[in-house]
Amino acid sequence: MPDRKQPAALGDLVTTKPELTLAELCQSCNLSKELITTYVEEGIVEPQGLDKTQWRFSRIALIEVRRACRLERDLGLNAAGVALALRLMDEIEELKRQLVHYERPGIGDDL
Amino acid sequence: MEYKDYYGVLDVKKDATQAEIKSAYRKLARQYHPDLNKDEGAEDKFKEIGEAHEILKDPEKRAAYDQLGSGYQPGQDFTPPPNWDAGFEYSGGSPDMGAAGARDSTAYSEFFEDLFGQAMREKRAQQAQFHTKGQDHHAKILVDLDDVFTGAKRAIQLQVPKVTADGHVITEQRTLNVNIPKGLRAGQHIRLKGQGTPGLGKGEAGDLYLEVSFKPHPHYRAQGHDLYLDLPVAPWEAALGGKVKAPTPGGSVDVTIPANSSGGKKMRLKGRGIPGKTPGDLYITLQISLPPASDDKAKKLYEKMAEELAFNPRAKLGV
Repeated sequence: MPDRKQPAALGDLVTTKPELTLAELCQSCNLSKELITTYVEEGIVEPQGLDKTQWRFSRIALIEVRRACRLERDLGLNAAGVALALRLMDEIEELKRQLVHYERPGIGDDL
Repeated sequence: MEYKDYYGVLDVKKDATQAEIKSAYRKLARQYHPDLNKDEGAEDKFKEIGEAHEILKDPEKRAAYDQLGSGYQPGQDFTPPPNWDAGFEYSGGSPDMGAAGARDSTAYSEFFEDLFGQAMREKRAQQAQFHTKGQDHHAKILVDLDDVFTGAKRAIQLQVPKVTADGHVITEQRTLNVNIPKGLRAGQHIRLKGQGTPGLGKGEAGDLYLEVSFKPHPHYRAQGHDLYLDLPVAPWEAALGGKVKAPTPGGSVDVTIPANSSGGKKMRLKGRGIPGKTPGDLYITLQISLPPASDDKAKKLYEKMAEELAFNPRAKLGV
């Protein structure tokens, strides 16, 4: 266990700031460059930079890559299937968000 | 420990083929996967399914499990016979575990850990030697909605699994002081650098990622950066219109109710939701609250309305 003496409060919001190289992302997720490249090709994550050597990923991408990898492993999907599942999940989230506006009686009369 | 009926968990027969087990697992995994199903309990159910599949998909482990006997009820107190797994050869661990996305050992029940845990931990320990940076950890935390209006520092308790010297898994409580940034929304993550697994050798420690959800608030519901509030109004406030006070986590505000508002009417207060570069909105749903006819004075007023207003609330129903 590491030394867990508590300094002041810790924690930074995870943002879209591009800060990880492909190698760093691979190391953090324990995944191969080939798999991450496939995820980029499928549009599951979108790094900044023109080619692999210049790619920079955000920490949100890191979390998304892990999620994609869980779905791939647990549901037996391939990368294209994961990309489709993620798109549908986003769509469901958006629909649920919109549904809140309609789920009560007497709505729509005054927004 | 409690006996686990892995066949029951996957809803397959004891003599199911490996293909039937796989397909039962996939079907349930799609239904309960915590990335897909946000219902409370889905995650526990998914872990149970994963554990059952982990054993039954592997013919060696399945055979070892089968010979424990089938005379047990799920949940029944259970002690494995001594050397229960003697004579069963394991080809070593499972490639699914410990690799990407490393599932915590807490994901498995005591039953599983006692019977199959050791071999898998050894396997994982072998894999870990190739990496120098410690693993990142993930946890979910509940945050007070009020805190994201001002930003706050909060002590957060996490349960951390730990393997004891004799191979049992226990949970230890760990307290962390966490920055709650102003404008934080549900679904966002907070990163605590270096608070994951320590690195090997000179490797850096992993990080701890906290996924944020809001504690249920007695008044507000949050959706993205918008807030929703049911605001009670008196019948005369709804009928005559006028200014009423509405609470927001940032302090109370005046809301102008238009005359002849009906119950369920929605109004939007722009920018009164969760703060940020583009702050969210506060949506108010009016709820008409009736004063009780509990004394003579109130009864008289209701009676007077009944006499003097030609009002049939069921006119549209044709009665």
